[in-house]
Amino acid sequence: MIQPTKIDVDRDKGNFRYETDYQYDAGVGLREEVVQYISEVKGEDEWIRDYRLKALDTFFRKPMPTHWATKDLENIHFDKIRYYLAKGQQPSRTWEDVPDDVKQTFERLGIPEQERKFLAGVEAQFDSEAAYSRMKVELEKEGVIFVGSSDGLKDHPEIFRKWFGKVIPASDNKFSALNAAVFSGGSFIYVPPGVKLAQPLQAYFRINAENFGQFERTLIIADEGAELTYMEGCTAPKFETATLHSAVVELVAMPGAKIQYITVQNWSNNVFNLVTKRAMAHEESEVRWIDCNIGSRLTMKYPGVILKGRKARGEVLSIALANDGQHQDTGAKMVHAADETTSNIIAKSISIGKGRSSYRGLVQIPGHLRNCRNNTECDALLINANSRTDTYPAITVRGNGNAVQHEASVSKLNAEQIFYMRQRGLTESDAVSLSVNGFVNDLIREFPMEYSVELKRLIDMEMEGSVG
Amino acid sequence: MNYLEIKDLRAQIEDKEILQGLNLTIPKGEVHAIMGPNGSGKSTLSKVLAGHEDYEVSSGSALLDGKEILGMEPDAISRLGLFLAFQYPLEVPGVSIANFIRAALQGRLAENETLDAVGYYKDLYARMDELGIDRKFTSRSVNEGFSGGEKKRCEILQMAMLKPKYCILDETDSGLDIDALKIVAKGVNQMRNPDRGILVITHYQRLLEYIVPDKVHVMWEGGIALTGDKELALELEAKGYDWVREELVA
Repeated sequence: MIQPTKIDVDRDKGNFRYETDYQYDAGVGLREEVVQYISEVKGEDEWIRDYRLKALDTFFRKPMPTHWATKDLENIHFDKIRYYLAKGQQPSRTWEDVPDDVKQTFERLGIPEQERKFLAGVEAQFDSEAAYSRMKVELEKEGVIFVGSSDGLKDHPEIFRKWFGKVIPASDNKFSALNAAVFSGGSFIYVPPGVKLAQPLQAYFRINAENFGQFERTLIIADEGAELTYMEGCTAPKFETATLHSAVVELVAMPGAKIQYITVQNWSNNVFNLVTKRAMAHEESEVRWIDCNIGSRLTMKYPGVILKGRKARGEVLSIALANDGQHQDTGAKMVHAADETTSNIIAKSISIGKGRSSYRGLVQIPGHLRNCRNNTECDALLINANSRTDTYPAITVRGNGNAVQHEASVSKLNAEQIFYMRQRGLTESDAVSLSVNGFVNDLIREFPMEYSVELKRLIDMEMEGSVG
Repeated sequence: MNYLEIKDLRAQIEDKEILQGLNLTIPKGEVHAIMGPNGSGKSTLSKVLAGHEDYEVSSGSALLDGKEILGMEPDAISRLGLFLAFQYPLEVPGVSIANFIRAALQGRLAENETLDAVGYYKDLYARMDELGIDRKFTSRSVNEGFSGGEKKRCEILQMAMLKPKYCILDETDSGLDIDALKIVAKGVNQMRNPDRGILVITHYQRLLEYIVPDKVHVMWEGGIALTGDKELALELEAKGYDWVREELVA
């Protein structure tokens, strides 16, 4: 039998930090002056400063969503968090310009030499500023904009301002308001009409200051018929006290555009990861969120698509892995707002030890629409006897001629299956890892090659010590 | 040292003693068969030897080439060279046959060694061809959605790939039609060699027409009651297990 045991995962793998000097520091706590300071350091226009201040007010007025979400949210001490730290350097243009300590970070991340070269074409966020940012020459030739959000704001206001905060208004929820008030970092991407990017755009980011919340803001616009894949992945340093990470990601897919947004995160055990991700999908466009959540103390994330144009298509593929002391509260949101729109949600969760995973889904198809379809599948795997999973699917489908399909399953790791695998010579932990990888295999196949390998490795790492 | 040697083995599950002092020796190079009625402890014997943790061993020993395997972890026993073909092979969803066997072989190598992929696939395809398994099966999840015959062939394939020193086949004939039975038997016969001992557990004599044993043992109430040559299987088939009871009482 698989006995519930104390999980002893070596979190030091992938956890690291080293001393960094900060030129800008907004201090501890959240006040109007903090927001003023951030805006000033960034040299922002009046409209964005006012936007931040208004959002701060909204944040203060909105209650915590503990009437439906976990009470653990009450353990976030907003007055003990640093909302802005920056090294104050300009984004680097070439590898030689990258500071040694940042290179050291890549070293520690174990990014292969090849990939470091590849990084020359990506933006990696170091703390709250883009420490390294260089666009590929080809991208520039195509007219693609791929910069940090602060640069986007400064250098491309005509595009930025038009879309910023339109998919996710500051008042959407308490944490989107917080992000709108203190955001810093994140990416701004614009792909011109008809430009199809074969290579994914990547962002590596991590957080590296104790009690430092990271509030990046990403805005991606794929103009008519444009196509892109964006990947974000991170490993987090180890902290003594809880850390807040609250990002906002807005995607706009213009008619016929395709956006694929891929996330692999592996936060350390003390991070509150409260993220709002939403896309606006215009006529015949496609938006696909691929999301893998490993680690963190509490993750709340429900990537969504507003299917605004006829024949728009939205998809969320998500994998969540909750280990001891972790709660993965993840899911998806599909708001159908036009005829013939389709959405697909496949969510798989794994709970290890006392880990808890929750699936929250929201699918809306109003009665006046025709020929809309949704498919929702959520599967949960429980590794130990004390592991926990919950499912909260909310599917509202009205009218005739719309179809919805929902399947959910919960399975426990089968002790006989593990015995069978061990009889072939696999160690218990290898057998469990292989089973768990098998459980999520069909979803992992959707990830780009280099991510799927890393993902399997991450899952293996999490499974270490989970049985015995 | 070239024996799987079981001495005075007693084992229980949930306070019920199933194996009651069993003695059995399987030398390398021989095929032995165990026959016996339902509930005599045949499957328990195979699971105990494979290290299943539901069974508690109260006394006795099981030496694989002189090394005690009772109390060892199931995977350690496997790597030492004991293979159990399951009566009811388990499904492993999402894990392909090719990856499963590969992981099992990789697990037998030293930490810094990597299995040669080209050689592996060459060997895998050769064994699959012998067993009449379509190559498409390599990418199918282990046993998932397999017919009874496909599952058993997949067991023999794993056995052929892992090249164990001792094989136990637990009711491998159950649920097989005659054609499948012949293929499985052929696969087992190909594995007969002077460096390997094979134990075939079966309820029926039929399988032993195709895998001809060197010795036949009759299991009765948790022990070996009778031992003979292949003729014993025929006698048993003709006279039924009640005959064993009478023999024992007499």
